[in-house]
Amino acid sequence: MQRVKNTIRTALHSLVFLFCWMSRAAAADFSTTVPTNIFSPQSTPARSIFHLSMFVLTITGIIFAVVCTLLVYSLSKFRASSANANSEPAQVYGSTQIELAWTIIPVLIVVVLFLATTRVLHAIQDAPMPANALQVTVIGHQFWWEYRYPQLGVVTANELHIPVSDPAHPMPTFLQLLSADTDHSFWIPELAGKTDLVPNHPNRMWMDPEHSGIFIGQCAQYCGTQHAKMLLRVSVDTPDDFAEWVREQRRTAVADERVAAGRQVFEATACVNCHSINGTMANGRFGPDLTHLMSRTTIAAGAALNTPENLRLWIQNPDAIKRGSLMPAMQLSKSDLDALMGYLETLR
Amino acid sequence: MSSNTIAIPALQVEEKPWIDTLHEWVTTVDHKRLGILYIVYGLMFLVVGGVEALIIRVQLMHSHNDFVSPQVFNRMFTMHGTTMIFFMVMPVLFGFANYLVPLMIGARDMAFPRLNAFSFWLTAFGGILLYFSFFGGSGLYGAGNAPDVGWWAYAPLGARAFSPGHSSDYWTLSLLASGFGSIGTAINIIATVLCMRCPGMKLGRMPLLVWLYLVMGGMVLIAITPLSAAQIMLLIDRYLGGHFFDTQAGGSAVLWMHFFWIFGHPEVYILVIPAFGFLSEIIPVFSRKPIFGYPVMVAATVAIGLVSTSVWAHHMFTVGMNSYANSFFAITTMAVGIPTGIKIFNWIGTMWGGRIQFKVPMLFCIGFLFQFLIAGLTGIIQATVPVDWQLTLSYFVVAHFHYVIVGGILFATFGAFYYWYPKVTGRMLSERLGKWHFWLFFIGFHMTFDVMHIPGLLGMPRRIYTYEPGRGWDTLNLIVSIGAAIQAIAILVFAWNLVISYFKGAKAGNDPWDAWTLEWSTSSPPPVYNFATVPAVASRRPLWDLKHPEDPDSQYE
Repeated sequence: MQRVKNTIRTALHSLVFLFCWMSRAAAADFSTTVPTNIFSPQSTPARSIFHLSMFVLTITGIIFAVVCTLLVYSLSKFRASSANANSEPAQVYGSTQIELAWTIIPVLIVVVLFLATTRVLHAIQDAPMPANALQVTVIGHQFWWEYRYPQLGVVTANELHIPVSDPAHPMPTFLQLLSADTDHSFWIPELAGKTDLVPNHPNRMWMDPEHSGIFIGQCAQYCGTQHAKMLLRVSVDTPDDFAEWVREQRRTAVADERVAAGRQVFEATACVNCHSINGTMANGRFGPDLTHLMSRTTIAAGAALNTPENLRLWIQNPDAIKRGSLMPAMQLSKSDLDALMGYLETLR
Repeated sequence: MSSNTIAIPALQVEEKPWIDTLHEWVTTVDHKRLGILYIVYGLMFLVVGGVEALIIRVQLMHSHNDFVSPQVFNRMFTMHGTTMIFFMVMPVLFGFANYLVPLMIGARDMAFPRLNAFSFWLTAFGGILLYFSFFGGSGLYGAGNAPDVGWWAYAPLGARAFSPGHSSDYWTLSLLASGFGSIGTAINIIATVLCMRCPGMKLGRMPLLVWLYLVMGGMVLIAITPLSAAQIMLLIDRYLGGHFFDTQAGGSAVLWMHFFWIFGHPEVYILVIPAFGFLSEIIPVFSRKPIFGYPVMVAATVAIGLVSTSVWAHHMFTVGMNSYANSFFAITTMAVGIPTGIKIFNWIGTMWGGRIQFKVPMLFCIGFLFQFLIAGLTGIIQATVPVDWQLTLSYFVVAHFHYVIVGGILFATFGAFYYWYPKVTGRMLSERLGKWHFWLFFIGFHMTFDVMHIPGLLGMPRRIYTYEPGRGWDTLNLIVSIGAAIQAIAILVFAWNLVISYFKGAKAGNDPWDAWTLEWSTSSPPPVYNFATVPAVASRRPLWDLKHPEDPDSQYE
C-alpha cells in the first residue's frame, strides 16, 4: 500500500514538475513577467496548500480510475451484439447491499477529506500574528494597489516589498486587506492563496517567503473595466535590501531646484487632486503616491515598464497603455510635459 | 336537390394563412406547443450566447490581443453568463418539462395552462429586455450599453456610482421578469405532478424524469425567490436611496454575495437535476434494463435538493468568512458528492448486464457520465477550502463549471433532443449527422475545457480581457480557442440536423426506441389531447407490461 502511495505521489510530482518546466520554457524570453504556478510554493501557506492539493489529487485520482474502469468495462462488456439483439437481458431492479456499499465508502472518503481540509484551513486562517511580523495595509483601488506600512511610515503602490522570512527566525508579513471602491482579490500563487478585498469588510492574509526574488500575481476578483491590468509584483528582499529600501522610502521627496519648473507644473495642474508627493502640497489619495515613483520598475499597476517613454505616454494618453483606467489624459503642452518629466525623473 | 352531400371545408385547415398559425402559437395554452416555444427560444439564445463565447475566445487567443476593447469584452462575458444560464439552459429544460411531464404521467395538459403561457411569455420578455440593453442601456449618462458587471453583479459594482446609465437596470429587470416566469412554471410543474397523474400512477411509479422535475420545481421556488428579492433590493438602492449593497453608504457587499449564491448554487442543481432525469430515462432504454435502484435514485435526488441549499457559500471561501463557516460549507459541499456519486454508480449498475445500444442519445449520455465524473471530482478538489483559495476565481473554476454545464447538462440535453425529437416531430433525427455532432462536440469540448484547467493552475484569473506575454498562457489559450471553434461547428451540424430531419427524416412511428414510458404509447406527434383515453398504469414501466404480458413489472412492485 505504501509503495502504491509513493508511486502515485512520484507520478503526480513529476507531472507537476513537467508542468512547471514547460511553462517556464515557454516564457524564457521575457523579463518583466515570470510564469506563476500554484504547484511551486515559496511560502508556508502556499506550501501547505500544495501538500493538501497533492493529497486530494491522489484521492480523486483513485476515485476517477476506479469509476472510469467500471464504466469502460461495462460499456465494452455489455454492448449489444447481433447474437443477443432480439432478446431482452435479465431485468434487475437493484440491490440493497450494493447500494449500501457505494453509499458508505463515499461517506468515509468525505470524512477523511474533511478532516484533512480543516487541519490546513485552521493552520493557515487562524495563524496568530507573531510580535515581530511586518504589517502592511493593502488597499485595493480601481485599478491599482496601495500599500501602507504602519510600523515603518512607508506608503507605496503596486510593487510590494517584503523581507525574506528565514525558517530559523520566521518573520512573516501580515496583510490587512481593505478596499476603496469595489471588490478585488490579492493573489500571488507562489506565496499564498487569494483573499478578497471587500469594502467595509477588512480581511487578513499572511505569507513568509523563503527566497528573495520577484513574485508575480494580479487582481483575481472582477473589479471593473481594467481588472485585467491590475497586476501585482511582490519583491521579496533580503533583510539588508529591505532595510535599505525602507530607508529610501522614508526620505521626503527630493527638492531639486533644477527641476522646479516641472514641480510647478505638477502642483499647478490636476495631478495634485489624486497623487501625493511627500513634502509638497500634493496630498491626493485617489491615485498612487509618487514620492518615490522612480524606485518602481513598472507604472500603471504593472501594465508597462517604468521607462521615460512609457511614463510620457501614460501622462498624455493613458488609454494607449490601459484603456479605461481612471487616470485622465493630462493634455499638457510639450514644454510643460518636458518639464514635468524632468521633475518626475528625480523622484527616486 | 340531386345530391345529399354536404360541402366539407376540410382542406381549409391545411391552407390556413400564416397569420392564423402565428396567432395560434402566440395564444396557445397547449403544454406541448409551449414546450416547443421554450425550447426554440432557448436554442436561439444558445446561438447568441455561443457567439459571445466565440468573441471571448478570439480575444483571448494570444496575449495583448486587441480584437475587442476591454469594455466590449466585459459585456461579452456578462451577457454570455446571464444568457446561457437564464435564457438558454433554463428555458430549454422548462421546455422539456412542459412537453414531457404531462405525457409521462398520462395527463392531458399542465395543471394551469394559462399560467404556463404567462410564465413563458414573461421569460421571453426577460430575454428581450436583457438584449434591448444594447440599445437602451446607455440612458441619460451615455455610459456603457449592455451590462458589464459580470453575471453575479457583485456589489458595489452594480451600484450607481460604479454602474451609471441603465445597463444594470436592464440586467436586474430582465432577471426579475424571467424569475417570476420561472416561479410560475415551477408551481405549475409541482401542481401537475401532484394532482394530474393518471389512475395507478402512484408517486413511486412515476418515471424518474418526472420525480426529478418535481424536485427541480421545489428548488426553483427556494432559489429564485432570494434572487428576485435581491434584485428588488438593488433597484431600491439604485432608485429609492436604499443602502442594502451601497458600500459607500455603509451597505454590505457580502450581503449581496450571500443573496446571489443562495440562489446561484441551488441553480446549478436546478439545471443538472433534469439532466440527471434525461439520463435516467435514456440509459435504461438503451441498456434494455430498468433503472437500477429506483427508490435510491429518488432518495438521492431529494438529498441533493436538500443538501444543495446549504452549500452556497463555497463560492465565497476567499471573502473572509471565519474558519468555522468555511469548514461548514466545506463539509456540506463534499457531502453533496455522496448522493451524486450514488447516482453515477446506479447508472453504471443499470448498464451492467444490459445490452447497450450505442445510438446517438446514448452516446451523449455516456459523454455525460465521463465528464460529470471529472466535474464532480474537480468540485471535490475545490471544496477543499485551502486549495480553493488558489483555484477559485481562476480559469480552473471556469473550466470546472463549464464541465458541469456543457460537459454535463448540455450533453444530457443533446441526448434528450435525439431521444424525444421523434416524439415531438414524428421524424427521426439523422443518426449519421448525430454522430458527427457528437464526435465534433466531444473533441471540441475536451480541447477547450480540459486544457482550460491549466492556465488556472498557472495563475490566470477569470474575466480578464487580456494578459501579459511571458506568463506561459498563450499556447494553452490558443488550444482552448480552437476547441471552441470546433464546438461551434458541431452546433451548426446539430442545427442542420434539426432542420433537415424535420422535412426529410425517417418516419418515427409511436415508439421508435422500444421504450417503456407513457409518452411512447401515443402518436408522434401526440394529438392535442395527448391520449384518446386516459391510460391506467400498474407499474413504473407501463409499456413494458404491455409488451411483456408474461413477465410484467407489476408482478414485482
